[in-house]
Amino acid sequence: MAAALSILVIDENRIRASIIEAGLRDAGHERVTLVYDVAGIARRIAEIEPDVIVIDLENPNRDMLENMFQLSRAVKRPIAMFVDRSDQASIEAAVEAGVSAYVVDGMRKERVKPILDMAISRFNAFARMEQELEKVRGELEHRKLIDRAKGILMKSRGLSEEAAYALLRKTAMNQNRKISDIAQSLVTAAGLLDPGADS
Amino acid sequence: MSADFQIRAGFMPLLDSALLVVAREMGFAAREGLELTLVREISWANIRDRLAVGHFDVAHMLAPMPIACNLGLSPLAARTWAPMALGLGGNAVTVSTALWSAMTAEGALPDLDPTMTGIALKAVVARRGVQAAEPLRFAVVHPHSGHNYELRYWLAASGIDPDRDIEIVILPPPLMADALGAGRIDGYCAGEPWNTAAVDKQVGRIVTAKAMIWKSSPEKVLGVAARWADANPEALAALLRALYRAAEWCGAADNHAELARLLAGPGYVDCPPDWFMPALSGRIPVGDGVVHVPDFFLPQAKAATFPWKSHALWFYAQIVRWGQVTLNAQNELIARETYRPDLYRAALKPLGVALPGANAKIEGALMRATPVGSAGASLVLGPDGFFDGRIFDPDHIDDYLRGTDAAG
Repeated sequence: MAAALSILVIDENRIRASIIEAGLRDAGHERVTLVYDVAGIARRIAEIEPDVIVIDLENPNRDMLENMFQLSRAVKRPIAMFVDRSDQASIEAAVEAGVSAYVVDGMRKERVKPILDMAISRFNAFARMEQELEKVRGELEHRKLIDRAKGILMKSRGLSEEAAYALLRKTAMNQNRKISDIAQSLVTAAGLLDPGADS
Repeated sequence: MSADFQIRAGFMPLLDSALLVVAREMGFAAREGLELTLVREISWANIRDRLAVGHFDVAHMLAPMPIACNLGLSPLAARTWAPMALGLGGNAVTVSTALWSAMTAEGALPDLDPTMTGIALKAVVARRGVQAAEPLRFAVVHPHSGHNYELRYWLAASGIDPDRDIEIVILPPPLMADALGAGRIDGYCAGEPWNTAAVDKQVGRIVTAKAMIWKSSPEKVLGVAARWADANPEALAALLRALYRAAEWCGAADNHAELARLLAGPGYVDCPPDWFMPALSGRIPVGDGVVHVPDFFLPQAKAATFPWKSHALWFYAQIVRWGQVTLNAQNELIARETYRPDLYRAALKPLGVALPGANAKIEGALMRATPVGSAGASLVLGPDGFFDGRIFDPDHIDDYLRGTDAAG
């Protein structure tokens, strides 16, 4: 059996890096190193001697890293981007997912492909998770806004909470806008009319 | 009216993304029936990758990049054409305030003259060598960039071996000023506004400009995926016309304030608008004074968008000079064919604008602005001299390289 691969994951996003690491360990890779900050990366590469390097495409230092892989004395064997030219779909999927892999000279593609595939699927899963989180965050913000708008109506017009919400909803429907937009307008207007009212 | 063609273009946050930004924002693309989508990128590697996999049809590219791609020097290389240049000049060399002090002690003056600042830098490098100090570290944006080659050209002509006497590292342009301020690098060559950024933050001094190392010299091109260009000749021609009109708009001094405001926007370069004015006005701040470099950045004048094959071959000669590829007839042909003045001419013909009579010229031969024969209208070229007086004849690259060996 071939020796265990040394895998280096360079990602400024620590959570995503951990998700990749977990995936690699689940797949039986024991020698995984995470690097969040590229400062001093040449020395780290000399220490780790990675066979495979996984980098996120949002990393502004990719040009520096690629240059270092080709030239640096720290890199004992040349490192090249992993491009399986027979598999255009896989290259596209990697760029789409926002990840790239580099391998040392002479690495067989059968050994690298599963690692890249795993990184792609974990990057995509992370992006979906972020989108959902963003959605939840947005909904929470909206709910807070609506609560404040209800409070203003209850106080200024003596409405019950239910009636205040009904008024917001009716106004939104009449104006063909979202309730949260109406709530935002009301909160802003109340703040302008009486800076003390909404404090 | 819906657009006839949709084009996706990648760009990096730099002054010379101006032609693409203006083509979109000032309606030149729409007038040619184009819906031009601009996507800001964070590395040149991403630009190259996304062009290769078809996310982008065209891109703002470092002029040597398409040549490097076609020579197989890039990890993910799709065939790429350069049918248009995106201006001339626009870069500068900036050093830390500490290095500037050391250079002034060796006689450097705040005049941006590359001969004199080069002599001073050479003296600093020699002194550090005697003291066994760490070699100076300079940054450029990419190994296959005008920045790398013009910095090396300046250093070598000043008697400094760019590989032995100093260290050259790669950094993205928006991070240069902070790296200089933090002492991680001693100097850099980058496009605007990232030199002005260091001056504004008071961490660096501009010591010379690309336009003074080599006047009227090439910098960025429109890189076009060959596969897309072959399948969409009409869309490409329309884009070249839109970019030409955008270049004319950018070249008019009356538009510079608005251009600065456009580029400064959060979706583009995302910086103070003032940072663009030195390059656009040619008034470069040096300490307490200002040096006037009228051709610091040329978006349109002097055939600034024409893809000269002699520019492609000069870059190829530098790629060979610095050991990135071997000199042979096939590689020379690949470099020559990467630039596509034929596509430029065909696209611009309906506009009736001034076009150069030839596709290549001897670089460095024009000492002053010179009217040249052109189809239809008048055209002025040059001066295009190198600061060390060397001439580049694109038909005799081997002789040229023998000359640089002897000098370096």
